[in-house]
Amino acid sequence: MNRRFRLWLVAVGSAGLAALLVAACLELPDFGGAWHPYGDRAVRASLDRHTANTVASVNFDQRAFDTLGEMTILFAAVLGCVVLLRQTRDEHRARPEPADVEPPVRRYALIVLPVALLTGLYVIAHGQLSPGGGFQGGVVAATALHLLYLGADYRALERIRPVGLYEVGDAAAACAYLVLGLAGVLAGTAFLANTLLPYGTFNTLSSGGTVPLLNAAIGMEVACAVVVLLARFLDQAVEIEEESRA
Amino acid sequence: MSVLPYLVAAWVFLAGCYGLAASRNLIHAVGCLSVCQAATYVLLLAVGYRDDATAPVYSDIEPGSRPVVDPVVQALALTDVVVGATVTALLLALVVQISKRHGTVDPDELSELRG
Repeated sequence: MNRRFRLWLVAVGSAGLAALLVAACLELPDFGGAWHPYGDRAVRASLDRHTANTVASVNFDQRAFDTLGEMTILFAAVLGCVVLLRQTRDEHRARPEPADVEPPVRRYALIVLPVALLTGLYVIAHGQLSPGGGFQGGVVAATALHLLYLGADYRALERIRPVGLYEVGDAAAACAYLVLGLAGVLAGTAFLANTLLPYGTFNTLSSGGTVPLLNAAIGMEVACAVVVLLARFLDQAVEIEEESRA
Repeated sequence: MSVLPYLVAAWVFLAGCYGLAASRNLIHAVGCLSVCQAATYVLLLAVGYRDDATAPVYSDIEPGSRPVVDPVVQALALTDVVVGATVTALLLALVVQISKRHGTVDPDELSELRG
């Protein structure tokens, strides 16, 4: 199939799809309207269970089982990357060279690193109260560590980032989520049902029953997953070299 | 005017599809797939929007005092972002290996089978 023919085919298909999409858009409820039956019920359920951040309540309480699937996708994708980006037989590992960093860059990175790390942990810890949560905070915390790569060099990053430990942490966090779900079954309710712990006082750190615990498990999982992912890509860029075929 | 955000989502999706079909570089194709996915964020958030509403977080507003936007679609958008990011990482890992094994990232040159 040549390029011209393919683009024509895409144009015809896209025109049909565009017509269908426009027809569907015209039938959707008006933008900005007041009719949100699911949203209203989710807000009521969230307030009943003393979770101030309704989005966290939807993710870790009302749809916690769905989040389990999402976490599994994350885990599988990381596993796939680790397998795909391994060192093959015709490659060898070169020791990364120490790099010179401009003093202002180094200073800025080293000042921002602890602030960014703390912000990430804060966002994870307050997931059930304020915007944020395990997914967002995990990414912030994991990328904060990589400021060390910008501010110093790859060897400094490798010293504070034993990848094996983060791989174990990723798996442990995934297991923790499952165990928290199974605890509900053992206590005589349903898998991942938020009936195990007292709901606590509204708008405090310990409110929301199992929401903060599931949130923390996800935070750890995401942070470890991002560290492992970036480590594999950085290894490809910095360390792994193809054998010269001389 | 009330359908404009939905039409924007459809337009972004189709733009991503065109990019995928016309792509001459696999990294560019992965970027186009992310554009397609961005259309779903626009659609989800447009579905959940409510006039004069605020974020569905009650740590600093009194429950019932103000309307809030739909939290269900916001949670779906969050799911979407996470899955999108990991799938992008997986696809980029595949591109790295393709580029190593075949020496090219042009999808049109990758037609031959190799053992």
